[in-house]
Amino acid sequence: MTSPGVAAAEQSGFVIELEQFSGPLDLLLHLIHEDELDITDLPIAKIADQFLAVISELGLNQAADYLEMAARLLRIKAQMLLPRRLGDDEWEDPRAELVRRLLEYQQIRELVEWLGQAAARRAEQLGRGFRPEPPAAPPAPLVIELNDLLAAAERVIALIPEPVLHRVVPRPLDVEGATAKLQGLLAERAEFGWLDVVGARPTIVDVLSVFIALLELAKRGSLSVHQQGAFTPIQIRRESPREAV
Amino acid sequence: MSPLAKLFEAALFASSRPLTVEELRTLEPTAEEAAVHAALAELRDAFAASDHGVELVEIAQGWQFLTRREYAEAIERAQFALRPRRLSPAALETLAIIAYRQPVGRMEVDEIRGVDSGAVIDKLAERGLVEVVTRGEGLGRPLLYGTTPQFLEILGLKDLDELPRLDELSVALRPPAPAEPE
Repeated sequence: MTSPGVAAAEQSGFVIELEQFSGPLDLLLHLIHEDELDITDLPIAKIADQFLAVISELGLNQAADYLEMAARLLRIKAQMLLPRRLGDDEWEDPRAELVRRLLEYQQIRELVEWLGQAAARRAEQLGRGFRPEPPAAPPAPLVIELNDLLAAAERVIALIPEPVLHRVVPRPLDVEGATAKLQGLLAERAEFGWLDVVGARPTIVDVLSVFIALLELAKRGSLSVHQQGAFTPIQIRRESPREAV
Repeated sequence: MSPLAKLFEAALFASSRPLTVEELRTLEPTAEEAAVHAALAELRDAFAASDHGVELVEIAQGWQFLTRREYAEAIERAQFALRPRRLSPAALETLAIIAYRQPVGRMEVDEIRGVDSGAVIDKLAERGLVEVVTRGEGLGRPLLYGTTPQFLEILGLKDLDELPRLDELSVALRPPAPAEPE
């Protein structure tokens, strides 16, 4: 459909206009004509069921206009089931109002056809100075301040969620390397200090690696570890390895 | 052709919309209304008789030169002009109701169509096809809408009387087609 449909959708925030049906009455008329039913003596139970089936199939069961009609049909269906006394002249056909509206709407549909044909016929003749609608104006040139641009960029960047990074340990503990280094020093010197092994600015990984290697070698009996007091520098001495038992 | 017919020819040529008899009379205020009608008929017949590409048409309570139907396609193909956009079924339904029930309020249009028609009416008003003609009695004094001369113009009607009478429509109590015996 063209613009009116779009406008309707914008206003209600909801698309109710379909290619096929311009409303619940249109859908009802369609069902009636399809089954060649007598509009003045509607089999209301049948039409109500069909109506409900179609609107749920088309996803219209959320559209208020269609829901209202569905409710109306069910109410009429229920009223038709109520017992009535024989010869009750007061009884009014609960379908009467709906039938009146359907007939009225059917008339409108016929007029729509007539109007559409008239408009199409008129469109075959052009008047003086007829101009097609101008194309949509091109967008105005951008005027932008550097600061605005930067501010906008900042806003955008602020919206970027903090990336989830997993921590990559650059150097896992290198106990083997530390062991080799200690053995190298032991071969050269009988005694040396902690700082000779780890260097002046050790990383935590170096410290841990060396410490584990130190304990391991001490356990093997390759060296002994001495300390004068708490927090004083560790001294490392070469020992003769014990004979393997 | 009479001087009055030639004067009208010039004015109608210059105008891009239908001119009413009243408007044409302002060109020559001393002319009798009968003379104006006679001059217009003379002009129309002159164009019809001498076989032109345009014709003088009575439309929207006035008169206008329009191109003959047979040339619409060629003109459109050459893109000198485009046919106006077609109206959607929803717009035509709403127009039909307003045309027949005018002056009519939104509530009544909604009621007959069975759907909310506010946006469609706004759009039609924007296009100049309907307008607020008065306010109704009752709660909130609702706006009542009617059709405009532009409505007649896009349909090529002289006036509202050219719309089909409701009792001429085939619909209404048309009985269902009898079932074919098997």
